[in-house]
Amino acid sequence: MQMTKSNKEFLIKYKSVIGLVVFSLIIAIFNDRFLTIGNILNVLRQTSINSVIAAGMTFIILTGGIDLSVGSTLALTGAIMASLLSSGVPLIIAVLLTILLGAFIGFLNGVVIAKGKVQPFIATLAMMTIIRGATLIFTNGRPISTGDFPAADQFYWLGSGKVFGIPAPIYVTVLIFALAYYLLKHTSLGRYVYALGGNEEATKLSGINVDLIKYKVYAISGALAAVAGLIVTARLSSAQPQAGSGYELDAIAAVVLGGTSLAGGKGGVIGTIIGALIIGILNNALNLMDVTSYYQLLAKGVVILIAVLIDRDFD
Amino acid sequence: MEEVIFRMENIRKEFPGVVALDDVNLNVYDSKIMALLGENGAGKSTLMKVMTGVYKRTQGHMYYKGKAVDYKHPKESQEDGIAIIHQELNLINELSIAENIFLGREFKNVFGKIKWAKMYEESRILLDQLGMTEDPKTLVGQLTIGKQQLVEIAKALSLDAKLIVLDEPTDALTDTETESLFTVMKNLRAQGKSMVYISHRLKEIFEICDDVTILRDGKFIAEEKVENIDEDRMIELMVGRKLEEQFPKVNHKSGNIVFEAKNLNNKYLENVSFNVKAGEILGISGLMGAGRTELAKSIYGSYKINQGEISLDGEKRVINSPKDAIKNKIAYVSEDRKKDGLILDLSVKKNIHISALDTIRRKFGYLDVKKEATEAKSYIESMSIKTPSIHQKTKNLSGGNQQKVAIAKALITNPKLLILDEPTRGVDVGAKKEIYELINKYKKKGMSIIMISSEIPEILGMSDRILVMHEGKVSGELSIEEATQEKIMALAVGIKGDAND
Repeated sequence: MQMTKSNKEFLIKYKSVIGLVVFSLIIAIFNDRFLTIGNILNVLRQTSINSVIAAGMTFIILTGGIDLSVGSTLALTGAIMASLLSSGVPLIIAVLLTILLGAFIGFLNGVVIAKGKVQPFIATLAMMTIIRGATLIFTNGRPISTGDFPAADQFYWLGSGKVFGIPAPIYVTVLIFALAYYLLKHTSLGRYVYALGGNEEATKLSGINVDLIKYKVYAISGALAAVAGLIVTARLSSAQPQAGSGYELDAIAAVVLGGTSLAGGKGGVIGTIIGALIIGILNNALNLMDVTSYYQLLAKGVVILIAVLIDRDFD
Repeated sequence: MEEVIFRMENIRKEFPGVVALDDVNLNVYDSKIMALLGENGAGKSTLMKVMTGVYKRTQGHMYYKGKAVDYKHPKESQEDGIAIIHQELNLINELSIAENIFLGREFKNVFGKIKWAKMYEESRILLDQLGMTEDPKTLVGQLTIGKQQLVEIAKALSLDAKLIVLDEPTDALTDTETESLFTVMKNLRAQGKSMVYISHRLKEIFEICDDVTILRDGKFIAEEKVENIDEDRMIELMVGRKLEEQFPKVNHKSGNIVFEAKNLNNKYLENVSFNVKAGEILGISGLMGAGRTELAKSIYGSYKINQGEISLDGEKRVINSPKDAIKNKIAYVSEDRKKDGLILDLSVKKNIHISALDTIRRKFGYLDVKKEATEAKSYIESMSIKTPSIHQKTKNLSGGNQQKVAIAKALITNPKLLILDEPTRGVDVGAKKEIYELINKYKKKGMSIIMISSEIPEILGMSDRILVMHEGKVSGELSIEEATQEKIMALAVGIKGDAND
């Protein structure tokens, strides 16, 4: 069959959406519980944590960097949030402080990478270990409950509440992606992020403060890891010291599945939503089919590999 | 009668939607050097890729040593003794010369152990042939580009190549390196090798080639003996029109001093002082490594200045970064537009505006894309940048048009001082003239312009005043009236001019 040029372009542009739809339809054929509203909302809620982290990761990867510290940041910020609430700090202040802490951890990553000229992989690997250690020290290795103050009840709603039947984390996710989209598409920060990922030297010589861009994107990533930490902690009404382990890899997988190039400069946040959904749906489908978690990991890895290989062929 | 060793007849190559080559002929003669000449996009590289089997031709015939050939893979042409040396060298910097020459074809004993002694010995013989004294154990990364090219040639010789294609080999070479490359080429010719030589530099063709084939827009234009053709005729055949004047010199009275540098010192510079007036083009000449680009980048805040002063309009300015420079109305167009100038994956529009987003920023950081598009379009029009749309990725533009985008990107910041570093490097003849006209247009508007160039005719043709550099110092300043090619060269190599100078 001869494809016209515009058809082909359409296919390439929306390949990940098409992939997602085809993938969902196949699952729906094999499992009639999959396409129920309850299950779809469930998938979206479960996906929200990875999506929020992956939104921040998209910024980083677009600049040609990587952030391995997000999982640890999620754990530490969650623990701080829980202990703030249990000591009676008002909800809004606790939330702001926690997000600020996340942003600060990210900012430190940015400083080490920009000023210290350390490879992002190494800098954030070290930060990942440091923050995990800090979390274990802070929590003494034990979960921290959010406590009995009224603020803790309000906070619980962030993880499990619903508006018009839709879970609260989904609203948070949508809001964050709208913001991320706006930043990347319509502001100079977004423009600089693509420029930096495309050609750092040329960006510098264009009179742009490249270091500042790095501080900002790593701070965004840290702040969003903190938001994910809030959702996780709210849902359980407690913070786990080992929370978020390995989440950085799921986030990177979502970004890459969404078509963003690890070399930087190409891709975007819409693709990341699709990528996160593909991972979420896959997990859900395997659960529905009663596949044990060991096999789930195996399947997830294979799907990511296949998707990336197909993606490469399109280019 | 000369014997044709490789003949290409009526070659046609189509890509989806484009005819890249149409009815092209090429003859490579035994023990001769054939120049392949044409503007960027004329189809030179495509033709070579068809020859060596990288591309499959749509129509036409190829004969090697009188036999019809049909290479489906570069490996097949390589086995037949055809080697191609690309502009971007295929060497591994971390490996030695010998390892590079025999990469994938190492001499091994039955246990798979590499016979190093034999590899070094064979490499030695090849290097001697090329007049290279380097130890075969030297890492390729430690060699100059010129020597690296010779290693590529050694590799070709080790494959027993009979026909060697050199794709713009001198673009990155210094004059002495170019000379030694030519010596090697002449020796190879004397040994019975045939060559195809692709270059932009017409002078080189007269120096080294026997015949010339000219392509234009994918079509065969002419094959001539070099001795029967002159430079003007070559240009005419290449661009399809007469270039009355290569350098459209504009006489314009310079104004007051706009920019002044006093005793600049840093890692690269030693007591550099000069000034530029309004509506003046200051040409900076010098050999490679004289510190011209370093001077530009130091003024532009990219390299730190340890000592000295920069002033604009009589006021002292401190410039610590390119950002400061742009704020102070200094703009710089790099000599390497792909590496330092453009973000190739971004669109033409986004590249033009990258240094001037402040001017289109609205509430909540929202970028006024409509205004951006209008401005980009006006630059594309006034500079006649050939692009299907403002949204085209810059990497899809030809060299000349990319260069214009790089200049537009500098102009949009509204500079008082514009520094152009090799503004016509890798740009074809037609686009060159357009760029010269553009530079003159802004000169007439009163902009101060510094033009760094390695091509002395360009310096002589465009500048109002000439500064010559040698080893990080200003070795002399010449008014355009007194300047000659010889005087510039003397200063560039560090020979003092007049004693009273």
